[in-house]
Amino acid sequence: MESAILIAENVSASYRKNTVLHNVNFKVNQGTLTGIIGPNGAGKSTLIKTLLDLHPRLSGSVTFFQQPFKKAKKRIGYVPQRGSVDWDFPTNALDVVTMGLYGEIGWFKFPSRKHKEKAYEALKKVGMADYADRQISQLSGGQQQRIFLARALVQNADLYFMDEPLAGVDAQTERAIMFILQELKRNGKTVMVVHHDLQTVADYFDHVLLLNRTVIGHGKTEEIFTKENIGKTYGGNMRWLIGEEEKNVVPSYH
Amino acid sequence: MWSLLITSNTQWVFFSTMMLGIAAGVIGCLSYWKRQNLMSDALSHAALPGVVIAFLLIGEKNLLVLVIGAAVSAIIGAFSIQWITTWSRISEDAAMGMILAVFYGLGIMLLTIANRSFGGNQSGLDSFIYGQAASMVKSDVMTMLVLAFVVLLVVFLAYKEWKIFLFDPQFAKGIGLSIRGMSILYTSVLVIAIVIGIQAVGVILMAALLIIPAVSARYWTQSFRMMLMLSALFGGVSGLFGTLISATGKSLPTGPFIVVVAAAIFIISLILGKEQGVLLHYFQLRMQRKKANAIGTKERSIT
Repeated sequence: MESAILIAENVSASYRKNTVLHNVNFKVNQGTLTGIIGPNGAGKSTLIKTLLDLHPRLSGSVTFFQQPFKKAKKRIGYVPQRGSVDWDFPTNALDVVTMGLYGEIGWFKFPSRKHKEKAYEALKKVGMADYADRQISQLSGGQQQRIFLARALVQNADLYFMDEPLAGVDAQTERAIMFILQELKRNGKTVMVVHHDLQTVADYFDHVLLLNRTVIGHGKTEEIFTKENIGKTYGGNMRWLIGEEEKNVVPSYH
Repeated sequence: MWSLLITSNTQWVFFSTMMLGIAAGVIGCLSYWKRQNLMSDALSHAALPGVVIAFLLIGEKNLLVLVIGAAVSAIIGAFSIQWITTWSRISEDAAMGMILAVFYGLGIMLLTIANRSFGGNQSGLDSFIYGQAASMVKSDVMTMLVLAFVVLLVVFLAYKEWKIFLFDPQFAKGIGLSIRGMSILYTSVLVIAIVIGIQAVGVILMAALLIIPAVSARYWTQSFRMMLMLSALFGGVSGLFGTLISATGKSLPTGPFIVVVAAAIFIISLILGKEQGVLLHYFQLRMQRKKANAIGTKERSIT
């Protein structure tokens, strides 16, 4: 189990003038569920995009399963932020989930019934089977997030990156999504999740990656997710809730 | 006037403008979801200098050569827009506006030179501004048909790739689709659709044939496949009937009539469309209001 399947060494990235990430180093082991935590503008989304070649990498190297990204692509699933696509696009939920199988179907071929059934199974898993024929524009935010998750599930990847899958969803959807992530982990998959709610970190993730332009701390949640480290990550810009427990820490801009 | 319809050359012209409308309708849907409607306008204007330069080089009106000239010039326009957007702080819409005006201005300037050096309006290049389908000969028609067919084939074969490219390019890249390749393919089919249309519809109005059928189709469906088919239908009908109407008078330009037919279809769609059409929207709102009022009255009567 203790084998590093993702190694990032000395990674840096920027937008025009501003360096967003510099000197990012970490290793991720198989079967872990990692929360990527950091303030707004810390480069969390950029980190994921840089790892997946969606954003240019200025320096450093990234290997997945001891291979460069291009060769390991098929084993990696990505759930982008919900706001990154146009939900007005005329298609239905089942169709979006089927998109996760396009790599498997092969380019310039049409999905078969078997593929549609597979997509439907994934919809069932995220509790959206009743919405298969629903227009994606008519789904709520939480339902759209579940569709994205289902699309990632059908890819049957070994390593998943999820960019704020819990943003703007209700409590029930949050529980449903977390249940699926835990299940992925139990099946030996590795999951990395950009997460915003500090209160739930300790409950949800066995590992944390504290990020603010560079890695502030990375490792087992109980060792790394300490008041001191969080303070370092958020630049001391915190207020402490009664109880002084680590998990009751929230950023002051909430 | 209907005797015009009987000659076989005219029949081919009708058929080719219909095919042009179909191809433009389909490509228009891609532009619609790439949110680049203005791009087709910029590129069709950018095609003009290429047409004139090609004519000046060979000295005769051979559509295939003029189309190649138009394509080269439109592609230079597309690259310029992309280059300006990437390497300066100028936004894409401003870049498009600039390229549109500069290339068109250059085209008109060259056209004046061409007309002067070939005596009066002998070059017949003026038809590329407003479109003159009647001036097409059989080889022109063949060039148009083959290219329109190629465009349709590309969209059909890569239907699922287009869908994911337009809906979620980042995810598409993640599963191994080359976004660069798709962008190049997109610009290519867009440019082909534009250049085959400039003789029949003209550089000024060509964009309308790419934009209007797609937005009209949007009022009738919630499925991408259906939108492509409806847009093709609307484009085809516009091309056919626009040419028919313009053929009834002597030397009427084709482009404006095609666009007027397309606009008529759009107005019908806007009013009667089953997806957010104005009429349906009005009645649904009225019904909801009635319902809300009824509940309100009921609650008031209870308290």
